[in-house]
Amino acid sequence: MSPDDRKYSKEHEWIKMEDATQALAGITVYAQDQLGDIVYVDLPKLGATIKFMEKMGEVESVKAVSDLYSPITGEITEVNDRLLDHPELVNEDPLGEGWMVRVTISDATELDQLMTAEEYESFINGLS
Amino acid sequence: MTTSNLKTPLYDTHLALGARIVPFGGWDMPVQYSGILGEVGAVRTSTGLFDVSHMGRLYISGPLATEFLDWLLTGSVESLRVGRARYSMICNEKGGVIDDTIFYRLAEDRYLLIPNAGNRVTVVAWFQRWVDEKFSTGCEMEDRTDATALLALQGPGAAETMDRLCSEPPSSVRPFAWQENHLQGIPVMLGRTGYTGEDGFEIVADADQAVSLWQTLTENGATPCGLGARDVLRLEAGLPLHGHEIDENTTPIEAGLEKFVRFDKEYVGSDVLSSQHEKGVACKLVGLKTPGRSAPRAEYAILHLGETVGQVTSGSYSPTLDTSIAMGYVDANRAEAGNMLEVDIRGRTAPVEVTPLPFYTRPRR
Repeated sequence: MSPDDRKYSKEHEWIKMEDATQALAGITVYAQDQLGDIVYVDLPKLGATIKFMEKMGEVESVKAVSDLYSPITGEITEVNDRLLDHPELVNEDPLGEGWMVRVTISDATELDQLMTAEEYESFINGLS
Repeated sequence: MTTSNLKTPLYDTHLALGARIVPFGGWDMPVQYSGILGEVGAVRTSTGLFDVSHMGRLYISGPLATEFLDWLLTGSVESLRVGRARYSMICNEKGGVIDDTIFYRLAEDRYLLIPNAGNRVTVVAWFQRWVDEKFSTGCEMEDRTDATALLALQGPGAAETMDRLCSEPPSSVRPFAWQENHLQGIPVMLGRTGYTGEDGFEIVADADQAVSLWQTLTENGATPCGLGARDVLRLEAGLPLHGHEIDENTTPIEAGLEKFVRFDKEYVGSDVLSSQHEKGVACKLVGLKTPGRSAPRAEYAILHLGETVGQVTSGSYSPTLDTSIAMGYVDANRAEAGNMLEVDIRGRTAPVEVTPLPFYTRPRR
């Protein structure tokens, strides 16, 4: 279920390196399933600095609001604006079209603190 | 899930359908099956089916049953005809709402009353106290919640579905009336009532018929709906939820429920309610609307020019209206429809407009 081309956080975000410094981030299949129908996504602004495992936004479903944590330290270079009008993309394709931000990362060693796909799978299996 | 919560006769059916189960009012209940937005849509456009067996079924009977209920309910019981049902509040001596309920007059001296799941024990104890104190010579109460099931079939297609399945056509039953019937041979009592703002029926049957009823109704096109959709639907319809809009510290007058309160009879709490009715109240329940999809939620502060003037009791994104809606209490001088206020949404201030309830009224068909 979790592809091994990216790393995963305990807060259920994923991060995928596109080259040495650019990365995409979003939330996992498990996270969107737990949230249910997502109706609103509040993302950081273009150019904002985000910090490793600190709050960078919010995801709101019909029933609940969840904080979104940054899986990396860096600067936002692009925000997925489609989510503003189509937050359901996060439910439908959380690992693809439902991506949330593009980041220029500032410390690649932080990736070592995140889980591999295999580690993440066993992590979520332990949750339910 | 290691809880000692109660389970309805349909619990295993919900699990088999892949429902997400949550604790609610002492019960393990389905909060959603396929997804809340789709389930809300099904009820607004076709037909949805809810297991609401967690709500109570209390039967009150005896020569003093009418007098007893008139002593404990804010609405008139005596004037309700056999075959009809009514929405009413049960208040304490301070006029605070112990529970809200629909009660059905089954016979001259027999009633069925539906308390909320989480309030059933409180209501039974409160009723028993008054039976013992004042009505012991002619009133009996029987709690048949465990022996029965309660399903709600709601939506514009509900009447047609029921007509297809029942021996007598339920479409002839008027709103807030009930009848005994057979649904594919299963004896049922059905009321034309609900909690969604749509046409529909609430169906009481023996507990051991619940699975069969559920299957028949879903096979005939009804979409399984959970408590998540139910909460959105009732909010859109401006209907209060006990524990949110009403509780033992709020009165029906503050909650804008005067039309369910009689001021011409004496009952528990009537003096407080009459006095509030005459003199007015300090705060009132209002509807609030805000553009966008980020919703004001329960307990968020309502502000006017930065100063707190109230608190949200329920809020959600409304898929039917595609805007965010909420209910909450505000100072009475801020309660007029059209007033612009603000809500503190986790540190961000959002404009809200005081809006008449309900937010949603079903189209005349």
